[in-house]
Amino acid sequence: MESSKVIHAFYNDDEIVLDAVKTVKAKGHHIEEVFCPFPVHGLDKAMGLAPTRLAITAFIYGITGLSFAIWMTNYMMIQNWPMDIGGKPSFSWAENMPAFVPIMFELTVFFAAHLMVITFYMRSRLWPFKDAENPDPRTTDDHFLMEIPVHNNEAEITALLATTGAVEINIVDKH
Amino acid sequence: MYQFSGKLKTFSLALILIGLVGIAWGFYSAPTTVEQAKDIIAHQSAHGDSHETSHGDVKGDTHLHSEHASADAHSEHHDASHDEHVFHQLQNKPWAAIYVALFFFLGLTLLVLAFYAIQRVAQAGWSVVLFRVMEAITANLVPTSIVMLIVIIGAVMHLNHLFPWMAEGTFTPGHENYDAIVAGKSWWMNLPGWAIRSVLYLAIWNAYRFFIRKNSIKEDTANDNGKTYKSNYNVSVIFLFLFMITESMMAWDWIMGLDPHWFSTLFSWYVLSSLLVSAVTVIALVTIYLRSKGVLPAVNDSHIHDLAKFMFGFSIFWTYLWFAQFMLIWYADIPEEGVYFAQRFNEYKVPFLAMVVMNFVFPVLVLLNSDFKSLPWFVILGGVVILVGHYIDIFVMIMPGTVGGQWSFGIAEFGSLLFFLGLFIYATFSSFAKANPIPKANPFLKESEHFHYYNIEHRGEGSDAHH
Repeated sequence: MESSKVIHAFYNDDEIVLDAVKTVKAKGHHIEEVFCPFPVHGLDKAMGLAPTRLAITAFIYGITGLSFAIWMTNYMMIQNWPMDIGGKPSFSWAENMPAFVPIMFELTVFFAAHLMVITFYMRSRLWPFKDAENPDPRTTDDHFLMEIPVHNNEAEITALLATTGAVEINIVDKH
Repeated sequence: MYQFSGKLKTFSLALILIGLVGIAWGFYSAPTTVEQAKDIIAHQSAHGDSHETSHGDVKGDTHLHSEHASADAHSEHHDASHDEHVFHQLQNKPWAAIYVALFFFLGLTLLVLAFYAIQRVAQAGWSVVLFRVMEAITANLVPTSIVMLIVIIGAVMHLNHLFPWMAEGTFTPGHENYDAIVAGKSWWMNLPGWAIRSVLYLAIWNAYRFFIRKNSIKEDTANDNGKTYKSNYNVSVIFLFLFMITESMMAWDWIMGLDPHWFSTLFSWYVLSSLLVSAVTVIALVTIYLRSKGVLPAVNDSHIHDLAKFMFGFSIFWTYLWFAQFMLIWYADIPEEGVYFAQRFNEYKVPFLAMVVMNFVFPVLVLLNSDFKSLPWFVILGGVVILVGHYIDIFVMIMPGTVGGQWSFGIAEFGSLLFFLGLFIYATFSSFAKANPIPKANPFLKESEHFHYYNIEHRGEGSDAHH
């Protein structure tokens, strides 16, 4: 298939790759992916990626954790085995609420953090024993790789990339 | 260079003048005899009595008059001593009104100085363009220290009775004011020690401020391969060390001493957090004002964003300490600790709970969103509520121990607030006009000018102005 052909352009500096991404986008070409050894601030904006929705999931997970903590403290300390908390045997969740605030806080953070990380792994298609997706091992060391699909315009894109400071440009068949 | 405009000067002087009138009115309307105090209370009773609750279940514990303990046995004696007690509270009122506003402004100015010292010690890059703003605000340390000195002298000479343990006979066994608990603390709580420490705190803070302001300006033209810069760094390290000690002791001496039976080991941190968030808020507000006047062209949205992040973060920090202190005391349920919160829940319910909403809930709602933190009007909105909230926080720290159930927010309290606000504006902006608005020889100046938090766009600039 024609569209399975891609260009791999290599860069050796994050500022250069950021400028290159802007140049390529300005010419109207689609960038499939940029592989980096470390996060580059502003790259997502330059590539035109939609803002992450991870924060929304974090909020939902946090609310879930908070609700779970309220249910749990009520079940354990008030319903199942009523406890005399701090010498105040009121056996009411609301009146003993201050004692539960640390638990509510911790479970909110626990749920938000763990579930958000798991969500992030799933959205990034990462799981144990998975083979790496990056096309060149150098992107885990000191090189940045920009992947651009080609549609019979190899020469044009190659010429453009050559002006953006790429240190190596390869045309490869994507399987 | 910035010009301290005549309009602003007149405004600040007007605030000082109106404030003075309010303070004078407070002293004029305070009773001079027990009879007058009874009259005032009788008037209050006519329209809704807030006073009755004040001596319900918390009496005796919070105040040093030992007669209260046995008051039920001889109720006639109690009535007389009760009237006298109310009389003392009403006499304290104008002093307490000044003291709340004074401590608020002195404290936040001190914390601006400490925040500035932290920037120097951390060799922070982002904040260099804000150095002269912070320095200008610390100019307010001088007038507030002078007023504090007057209050200290007043306390030592028994002109005011803010600190109940300074009453005659507190440490004399057999005297009617004798208080065994306070007498046990006399190795720390004694008048000469208190006075010497108080003066020492003010001296240390003002000495550092005088030095660092002078040498910061000297840095601009020193051209000595960073020698001045390095010595400013060293002195700031020493100041921060002394600051942490003096700030802790200041909180015990000047605030915790108002309730001399009560103690809390994290109280100094709690006071610190309250003043710190106020300090950062004031830096943000003054910066936004000066930027709108066009005298801080190097300050961009990222600097405002960072200040707002500190406002948000320190608000959470304050809440953490406030709640930690409350929960431990609530859980332990020891009467001598619990009395502090019992009095605040009984007599100060509205300000006590309103301040938690203003200092925690509101900043979370307004400043959580990253985009909002770089919008000046959002920062101003959040900042004003935070400042009012922390004024109330100081109010609720000071008033219960000094005026008890006789508190109100009236002409004297408002006048004191205006007076110190006027002093603040005058000191800050006249000082800012005296030096270059940018510390132009600071080695991190370039970094500060180029500061750009990647996640926000600077309004009025192209999107790639900083790449």
